Amino acid sequence: MRVQANIDIAAPPATVWEFIVDPGRYLHFMAGVTRWEVAGDDATGLGARYRTLMRVGSAEVGGLIEVVEWDEECDLAWSSVTGVDQRGRWRLRARADDHTHVELRLAYGVAGSGILGWVAEQVAAPTVRGHLRRSLQQLKRQVEHEQLRRQAAARRGVTSGGATGASTSTSNGS
Amino acid sequence: MGATATRNGHSTNPVGDGRLRREQESPGTGPLPTRLAKALAGQVTRRIPPADLDERDPDYIRESLPRMWLLSSLYFRGEVRGLGNIPEHGPVLLVGNHSGGNLTPDTTVFTLAFSAYFGVERPFYQLAHNLVLSFPGLGFLRKFGTVAASPANAEKALRSGAAVLVYPGGDHEVHRPVWERNRVDFGGRRGFVRLALEHDVPIVPIVSIGGQETALFLSRGEALSRLLGLDKLLRLKVLPISLAAPWGLNVGDFLGHIPLPAKITVEALPPIRLRDEFGPDVDVDEAYDHVVRLMQETLDALAAERRLPLLG
Repeated sequence: MRVQANIDIAAPPATVWEFIVDPGRYLHFMAGVTRWEVAGDDATGLGARYRTLMRVGSAEVGGLIEVVEWDEECDLAWSSVTGVDQRGRWRLRARADDHTHVELRLAYGVAGSGILGWVAEQVAAPTVRGHLRRSLQQLKRQVEHEQLRRQAAARRGVTSGGATGASTSTSNGS
Repeated sequence: MGATATRNGHSTNPVGDGRLRREQESPGTGPLPTRLAKALAGQVTRRIPPADLDERDPDYIRESLPRMWLLSSLYFRGEVRGLGNIPEHGPVLLVGNHSGGNLTPDTTVFTLAFSAYFGVERPFYQLAHNLVLSFPGLGFLRKFGTVAASPANAEKALRSGAAVLVYPGGDHEVHRPVWERNRVDFGGRRGFVRLALEHDVPIVPIVSIGGQETALFLSRGEALSRLLGLDKLLRLKVLPISLAAPWGLNVGDFLGHIPLPAKITVEALPPIRLRDEFGPDVDVDEAYDHVVRLMQETLDALAAERRLPLLG
């Protein structure tokens, strides 16, 4: 099952990219995500691994994922190593007036789970789609806020130093 | 099988003097109900599968997660909190209160949540009554890591570094009447404390609510069980009486029932490291009272959140 959501953000791809490659920010803008924790030596980049969980229905579902595609300021894709099968992708495309079209895709399922697996995927889809939409809305709000802050700082002639989150964050008592 | 061999961690001669074996081997004496019970006991003993932790099948569990998720999310509207309290690695004893008769929805909800949260790769075993494992059609439970409840099996699982889920209250608690639904009742069974001490593993209390609303449980039927000798023959101290779908009056609950769709809420509490809290010489009774008190306080809080039975 593949779900996706997209949104236009009033900021250049480079600014959006800063947000989506920083694992410390995920808990701040990804709706439904209860864990996004660095699981390897590399906090970011191709091959970086994260332990992720997203609340869907009665369970927090996820597993270990690995970044498998890294096209600077353009595409970032991951695939599951353990847990529920999943493939995710961020697609950033520059638009006029320093805007960025952001698309977030997530394909998920459990191979071999049969007809009930298919039913579960369909039942979960509205929840997952809702998480993705809210995530993009929150990302837009945060990125545009950061963009405004930087522009204001530039006008004042102050060097921008946007706060970034820690490289590892967990929730739910983890 | 040799004289000293065990089946599923239980001695084939648990009473030590051969009395049980003689009773099981000669069901032809006594009144009819007793003879039937003895025959059943023989069947159960023969059907208890040998203990083999390797029967747990992560791939099978993984493929079962979607249907468990459907049942847990849609039917029981399961909600599991505090899984982050369970240590990420190493052996741990998960001690739960048990509800719902012979069909225990809290176990389904928790097993799904645990497997999804930690991954099916993490070894996780659940201890269950002999009858559950020997019942026809329930063999698939062994693939989930369900093994017969016995100190030997628990020891084996903990030594392997697994998370082990035990329900000390067992049949005593799971069939408590509905007016005691918000009571943690282990019946004084302190084995889990000794187990945790022996293996120096943390105890994580798992408190659940809602399971005892899935049928109208009326009585444990302890007197009836004693009368039929089930307590000695099957380690079955109860013969529960309930009103449950689709049977109406349901005695024994041997065939299970259709549980009502009560909302199940489960909460994992912070780990209790007995020697850290009670010093090197832990008083078992004191530790037992502490765990039960913590669980009862949590159950009271969960009950206070609940506005209506079934609906939650």
